[in-house]
Amino acid sequence: MKFKALTAIAALMVAAPALTFADPDDDTLTINGEEMVTKAPLPAHLEDSLLPEIMSGWHFRNDDTQAMEMDDFDNPGMLAVEDAMVAWDTVEGTEGKSCASCHESAEDSMKGVRAVYPKWNEEAGEVRTLAMQINHCRTENMGAEAYKYDSGPMAAMEALIAVQSRGMPVNVAIDGPVAETWEQGKEMYYTRFGQLDLSCASCHEENYGNMIRADHLSQGQVNGFPTYRLKNARLNTVHGRFFGCIRDTRAESFAPGSPEFVALELYVASRGNGLSVEGPSVRN
Amino acid sequence: MADGVKPRVKAPKSASAGEVVTIKTLISHKMESGQRKNKDGSVIPRSIINRFTCEFNGTSVIDVKMEPAISTNPYFEFEATIPEAGDLKFTWYDDDGSVYEDVKSVAIG
Repeated sequence: MKFKALTAIAALMVAAPALTFADPDDDTLTINGEEMVTKAPLPAHLEDSLLPEIMSGWHFRNDDTQAMEMDDFDNPGMLAVEDAMVAWDTVEGTEGKSCASCHESAEDSMKGVRAVYPKWNEEAGEVRTLAMQINHCRTENMGAEAYKYDSGPMAAMEALIAVQSRGMPVNVAIDGPVAETWEQGKEMYYTRFGQLDLSCASCHEENYGNMIRADHLSQGQVNGFPTYRLKNARLNTVHGRFFGCIRDTRAESFAPGSPEFVALELYVASRGNGLSVEGPSVRN
Repeated sequence: MADGVKPRVKAPKSASAGEVVTIKTLISHKMESGQRKNKDGSVIPRSIINRFTCEFNGTSVIDVKMEPAISTNPYFEFEATIPEAGDLKFTWYDDDGSVYEDVKSVAIG
């Protein structure tokens, strides 16, 4: 009995300072003066999860990093968006077309697009990510070469498209024809990988808010992707991040653009239904 | 000349006389340190912005000497007192001799 009481006290002593230090903060994210939804009630399909609410990764970063995302001038990801605006108007490939030939201005035609991807493509009978759709346009409609799935130009184009949906709630469909892929993604999310025997949920559901060595674990939401990371000073794609996470469990990772990662992206994106699209976000 | 170099400045269009304003500047530049090697093992030559200055009506506001450890797309944020209407002149000096300039006018009012 005495032993138990002591353990409880010790646990409290350890837990109390850790909580004040590591908890996600309550700041409000405004980008260029526009307020973002960074905390939202759980989507219905997450009600049996351990999360009390869903939260953008922005809350888990320090004040300096947070501030960089609040103004487009300070956001280094916006440099890539400028590059992509040039690429948007550049004619490439055998058909003599640019993105703008069909889609005209990205500001109008791409509004709301990022918020609903990945989504079902009826014609192809598959779940498509934004990157797959961009490459489909390039190879089929433009006769141009596909971008490498997690390359800089791809991340930049995704960022340009994401900016048009900034502030709109993520709203990825999980039923109907995508249900099977979504289930596959969910199973992956809770499957332990690698020598370290970690699933996505081990860190991002059971331990978000805690420190893993020097890293502050977030919920692993992808509403802010593509993400400018200070550690590698460039835009990072969702699949690039998935690759790194699974590699870090000391597992043989899947390839960016693989069917496994497409399924996982669909599932992870649906976990953020209700949060604002933030891309390109800034993280460390 | 390095590729994709573009200076950007964010400064207020107007200020009251004597007001301290915040100025943000960024120049997109790869800032190659000269320490890295390419796949063949040969050194990638150094190519950085080595100096940045800001002047207000000819008076120096800030003059920065930059070294190879400074990361890509150097960003400077600083404050300046605006005594009168005039022009803020920003200049970046590249290793290769290129000079990039931008001018922002500030009105009093």
